[in-house]
Amino acid sequence: MTRERRIPPPDRNALRTQSLILRTTGFFLLPLLLLFALFLLLRGHNAPGGGFIAGLVASAAIAVHLFAMSEAGARRVLRVDPRDLIAWGLILALAAGVIGLFSGQPFLTAHWLTVSLPVFGELKLGSPLLFDLGVFLVVLGTASTIIINLAEQDT
Amino acid sequence: MLTGILSGFLLAPLAPALHRLFPRYSGWLLALLPAGLTLYFFLQWLPVTQQGPLLTHIDWVPALAMPLSFMLDGLSLLFALMICAIGALIFIYAGRYLEDHRDLPRLYVLLLCFMASMLGVVLSDNLIVLFVFWELTSITSYLLIGFNHEDANARAKALQGLIVTVGGGLALMTGFILLGHIGGSYELSVLITRGDTITAHPLYGLTLVLIVLGAFTKSAQFPFHFWLPNAMAAPTPVSAYLHSATMVKAGIYLLARLHPAMGGTELWLLLLGGAGAITMVLGVFLALRATGIKRMLAYSTVMALGTLTMLIGLGTRTALLAAMSYLLAHSLYKGALFMVAGIIDHQTGRKDFLDTGGWARYLPVTSACAGLAALSLAGVMPLFGFIAKEQLLEAGLNHGHALAPLFSAAIVVAAALGVAVAAVIGIRPWFGKPAALTHTPSEAPPAMLLGPALLAGLGLLLGLIPGLIDRTLLSAAASASLGETVTQPLALWHGINTALLISLGAVLVGLVLFRYWQGFRHYTRWADTLSRFGPEQAYHRLMDGLVALSNGQTRLLQSGYLRYYLISTLLTLVALVVAALWLNPDALKLRPDFTDIQLHEAVIAAVLVIATLAAVTLQSRLGAVASLGAVGFSIALLYVLFSAPDLSITQVLVETLTVIMLVLVLFRLPGFLRLTRTRTRLADALVGITVGGMVTVLLLSVLGSRYHGSIAHYFISESVPAGYGRNIVNVILVDFRALDTLGEIFVLALAATGVYAMLKLRSKGDTTEPEETHD
Amino acid sequence: MTSLMALVVGVLYAAAIYMMLRRSIVKLVIGLVLLSNAANLLIFTAAGLHRDAPPLVPDDAQVPAGLVADPLAQALILTAIVIGFGVLAFAVVLIRRAYEVVEADDMNQMRDTDT
Repeated sequence: MTRERRIPPPDRNALRTQSLILRTTGFFLLPLLLLFALFLLLRGHNAPGGGFIAGLVASAAIAVHLFAMSEAGARRVLRVDPRDLIAWGLILALAAGVIGLFSGQPFLTAHWLTVSLPVFGELKLGSPLLFDLGVFLVVLGTASTIIINLAEQDT
Repeated sequence: MLTGILSGFLLAPLAPALHRLFPRYSGWLLALLPAGLTLYFFLQWLPVTQQGPLLTHIDWVPALAMPLSFMLDGLSLLFALMICAIGALIFIYAGRYLEDHRDLPRLYVLLLCFMASMLGVVLSDNLIVLFVFWELTSITSYLLIGFNHEDANARAKALQGLIVTVGGGLALMTGFILLGHIGGSYELSVLITRGDTITAHPLYGLTLVLIVLGAFTKSAQFPFHFWLPNAMAAPTPVSAYLHSATMVKAGIYLLARLHPAMGGTELWLLLLGGAGAITMVLGVFLALRATGIKRMLAYSTVMALGTLTMLIGLGTRTALLAAMSYLLAHSLYKGALFMVAGIIDHQTGRKDFLDTGGWARYLPVTSACAGLAALSLAGVMPLFGFIAKEQLLEAGLNHGHALAPLFSAAIVVAAALGVAVAAVIGIRPWFGKPAALTHTPSEAPPAMLLGPALLAGLGLLLGLIPGLIDRTLLSAAASASLGETVTQPLALWHGINTALLISLGAVLVGLVLFRYWQGFRHYTRWADTLSRFGPEQAYHRLMDGLVALSNGQTRLLQSGYLRYYLISTLLTLVALVVAALWLNPDALKLRPDFTDIQLHEAVIAAVLVIATLAAVTLQSRLGAVASLGAVGFSIALLYVLFSAPDLSITQVLVETLTVIMLVLVLFRLPGFLRLTRTRTRLADALVGITVGGMVTVLLLSVLGSRYHGSIAHYFISESVPAGYGRNIVNVILVDFRALDTLGEIFVLALAATGVYAMLKLRSKGDTTEPEETHD
Repeated sequence: MTSLMALVVGVLYAAAIYMMLRRSIVKLVIGLVLLSNAANLLIFTAAGLHRDAPPLVPDDAQVPAGLVADPLAQALILTAIVIGFGVLAFAVVLIRRAYEVVEADDMNQMRDTDT
């Protein structure tokens, strides 16, 4: 008994709606979402948010842009190959860990620097923030590598 | 001292470059390292033999109390000198012997690594460090036996050597751990002072047997002797170095080293003396039956190793002194003889004694070296081998044990047969009717003659003037092995005594045996029949059995169907949990409590269950994916309700991305098909429900039996003071447990790289795949 | 509520395993998603459920007032969710690649390593 296994691939355009509404909202949504991601990243130490969540939000922004515009457009938004983001993220996270080593403490020991700024008041900068930035870049890089490359397979 | 050991490892990667720069003289250049090390150890001679051992101690893994500690005493010094000096000669020899071999640089690398490991074995003071070096010698030996790796036979023999020695190594490791446990230290320098405690311990017997297993496999003692003749598949310089002069003596070294700590008991004497005597007689007998040049030499090495083991087993002052002399004598003459065997092969291409004869006139220097070395092997005056054999006989004759006459008898038999072996080696290729050759052989180049000439010459020199080493090096080595100071002068002439008469008799019997060598071989054919039931056959049976077992097990367990793997794993899990609960019914604390449920929570839970069931039962892919989304979002809601805002946001975002991804991928795959019969589906449902039920029961009992509070108190209270963050979850992620997070983002990076690689691989394969798939 | 959650987790596990035992590879993927959700929820429930007590420290305090939900379990689950996504992506692409090579979505036809 032979069974029909191969089905015709779905219409490519079905995946990417050429609707004006999506394109318009996508156009405005992108900067907003990216800003929101940055906000989540920075406030993550004190309120819900952080590198993982911010990375996912930014990836979602890229994904929306990808569906609204094109894969090439999504790549343009990132400016660099998403794979490079992963590498940079890992380097940043490792660098945040190495800071501790220089002062003779174990790998990944946190170090804080308090900066006084006229407007914002006291600002605490620390290696955990750098680490979180690394996490952000890795998550963003991973998710967008997967989504963009998968989408490119369809075209 | 550490630098000395590591220098071999450091030079090894540079050897190929050196060989490219100076292809003709690479052997000489590389020999500079062992020669320098020889000089270094030579300079330690006086301090060590007069002032006592030299100890170095470097903290390596302080957390595991594992230091890199080394000790140089008389015993180590004797071995280190042999390793380095013979090593230097071997490098010079190998550089010429394998001049045209394209893998010569690899040989250099391996030889250097081996030399460094072997130095590590004899210099380590820590048992674990010693073990690491011990295994390194096994591995380098494996690679060197299989040097001609295109030859299946060489590979098989290399593997055999490896399995036997590493199998013994496993026992050795266990033995070392037990020894460290009962001796209270892993430092040899400490253990050798605690002999009484160790031998009185109830675990002593087991420990000794395990360690002895390791030493016996390494030093080719009966019944593990079979791997050594097979290791002759290695190039001759390797055989000369590893399989006669150094590596196979690692077991001897270990036994001699541990004698003060573990020796002196009845078990020690019977185990080592017995196995040693059997190996000695068996080795020399098989040597005389062999006709291959290297094979005969290998079996005579087995005999020597047996002799050494037996002497250490006897454990008296005379015996240990004899062991040290014999050890040195054997390394000298056997190294020389192997190099001579290599010269014969290199110049004439003959590998069997039966194909040789009458070449003394063509290879005068070689034959002179062979003659000197063979005389030392036979134990003839005035060579150093004679002194060693006299001491050996003395040790047997003067031993007080009830079984001593048996040992003496074995020594006498072995001595007589050994003379015959020496006669074959020293006479057969050189005199008599010249064996036919297509061309007239010429004398070997100087680089190849240097080794045998020096070693054989040293055998003569030390025989004539034993005073060079007897009170210093050999006595210091024997003292280290005995555990008390010995200073014993050696002499060539002891007057006419029993030992000398036996020696004379042995020489006469040996010469007669040589005269009727073919007859001896003819009348001992039964040995071949017997060997069909020998340990080598046992080895093959064992290997075949292992292969059969793993085949059967693979057929039984590796069906290739994912579902069977899953089902067997899951049902095993369930069975284990049920068994655990059966044996320990108190652990089961089910206190289901459905009172504290608010309506909206119940609704979300219901939605979650319904969405799950929908994802399972829906026949359309879109429906299933949408249901999955519903499952994910319900879970996100639960996270919100139960105080996990971060989780909730993450869940929502990941759910979104997951749906996008599934849409991108799954719709290129075919729709659902009903592939299994209803009965199978019911069975699978039963498996699922069983596991799900088990999880529920476990979770309920976990919740019902909380013995300890959460370990999160520290994180909660220190989040602001130490982590400067008010979101405790984030502080844990990027500060307190940042190392975990680092590992996790590496996993993510790996997953993304994998995805990328698979997608790009596909693009490349696109050109070829359609032909395969469209037919 | 924990008892109800335990039941829900059990249902999720049962459904995940049932789906993973199917021969269709798409169902295997669905089973994987369910399984990772089930495992996360299992840890979450086992750590104890708390209403209205997120693990956050108020602005004016050094330590949170009163009992808060276990932050350690949450940190664990948070990374597990994200890693689950990465691993799922890997599995999905692997399956798709396998489908292209083997031309079958039937697990039973994927039992030879040399196809």
